[in-house]
Amino acid sequence: MGQFIQLVVDGLSNGSIYAVLALAIVLVNQATGMINFAQGGMAVLSAYVTWRLVEAGLPLIVAILLAVLASFIVGGLLERFLMRRFERGDPDTAVVVTIGLLTLITGVCGWLWTYNNQQFPSLFPLHTVRIFGAAVSVRSIGTFLAIVAIMLVVQALFLGTKLGLALRAVAINPESAAFSGLPVGRLLMAGWGLAAALGAVAGALVAPQLTLTPGMMDTALVYALAAVILGGLSSPVGVVCAAWLIGVLENLAAVYVHFIGYDLKVAVPFILIFVVLIVRPQGLFGRKVVVRV
Amino acid sequence: MTLLELESVTASYGPVQVLDGVSLSVPEGGAVGILGANGAGKTTTLRAISGTVRAGGRILFDGSDIRGKRPDQVAALGIAHVPEGRGTFGALTVRENLRVGAYLRRDRKQIESDIDFLLELFPNLEERFKSNASALSGGEQQMLAVGRAFMAKPRLLLLDEASLGLAPSTAKTVYDAIAELRRESGIAMLVVEQNANLAFRLVDSATVLETGRSVLSGTSAELRGMDEIRRAYLGG
Repeated sequence: MGQFIQLVVDGLSNGSIYAVLALAIVLVNQATGMINFAQGGMAVLSAYVTWRLVEAGLPLIVAILLAVLASFIVGGLLERFLMRRFERGDPDTAVVVTIGLLTLITGVCGWLWTYNNQQFPSLFPLHTVRIFGAAVSVRSIGTFLAIVAIMLVVQALFLGTKLGLALRAVAINPESAAFSGLPVGRLLMAGWGLAAALGAVAGALVAPQLTLTPGMMDTALVYALAAVILGGLSSPVGVVCAAWLIGVLENLAAVYVHFIGYDLKVAVPFILIFVVLIVRPQGLFGRKVVVRV
Repeated sequence: MTLLELESVTASYGPVQVLDGVSLSVPEGGAVGILGANGAGKTTTLRAISGTVRAGGRILFDGSDIRGKRPDQVAALGIAHVPEGRGTFGALTVRENLRVGAYLRRDRKQIESDIDFLLELFPNLEERFKSNASALSGGEQQMLAVGRAFMAKPRLLLLDEASLGLAPSTAKTVYDAIAELRRESGIAMLVVEQNANLAFRLVDSATVLETGRSVLSGTSAELRGMDEIRRAYLGG
């Protein structure tokens, strides 16, 4: 029983890492209609910026806030000067551009700061507490709660604010949005900026756990995409729950399902995707899109 | 008082000249039709006005030339474009579609009462208020598209082929509902329509386009009386 709870708790902790990246992917998708594969890379870049600022003597929280602000601006500029050229064209081209961007950012980080692991300071204390017999680090609890807070903010942004409604409208139909007076270009920039800012928060939350390297988010990105498909692209709450589910199930499968074990546990999210795509293609929480003419 | 005046407007898609001198005018509160065959330049005329197609000549709205403005800037001046194919936001609910339409407005209370007014006029939308737009029938989507444009409180509504893809009886219902909206609100309208009989349910006068040029204009009664118009656009 103690082992089971420990596995669940660790799974939730890993799942939170996937969740925060998945949230950024949902944010940019809802705001621009695209899947941004560079999201993880952008998060890594801002984590490096935070790290450099801390090394330069700034308090961690100030460094994070500065990195979030810088990411917002860089995200907006990336949309304006790079992605805008591809938005009206073939969506596949745009996806390939984001993959190229991911490679580029990873390379630049490695070039500037080497591929060695860097110790990233944690926002939360490192000691552990015991919950139901399982050892849980305060850091995991802090990350978990931060994810819940971010999820609620993103959900409220899209469902409860005029800005969120405008971002969704632009992503669905930019032309009609412009006909209603929405400043399409500026809203797309804002969407990318917000997603990049969220990515910066993500980077700061997960870098202590993963240790900072240019490829830090690569594996997490795979899981995050799985969470996005499982939870449904339109649902912030859905992708977070899916990310936790993946984290927990993969841990449980590694221990309790013998032919999977630790070596094959990466297969778990893909088996889940397979099942979900067959049974419920819109995702567990996503809204089904019905089209009538 | 003239609200919109087009003087020898030209436009091209790449090397292909689509508009080659379109002139027409819409009076304040009036409704004018643009008739013509496929490819005559009807849709392009509307797109030139709303800023989605670059145009030559002069497009005067309220006395000043609006050419070169972005579509959202044109919208802010009080011109609402209901594009061909409706352009509703499929993954948004009916309510959200209408709220996007009111994006530029700050008068929250008036927005809510305008929504109520619309739902009274288009009762079908009230039943589907919380459904996604993509789940509506074609006629309902068209009414929603008009409703979205109306929510901006425009002075001029550009309506592009509202009958497209609708059964004849549905198309009539849609046009009658739009005519009712016009009577109640007094919004001026510029209406592109292939089916002249439908257009005349809504407009007082019309301009006929042929290969990108306005060749004829007159009141509905005058145009109905002309043999050539009857043959070409009224089905004999």
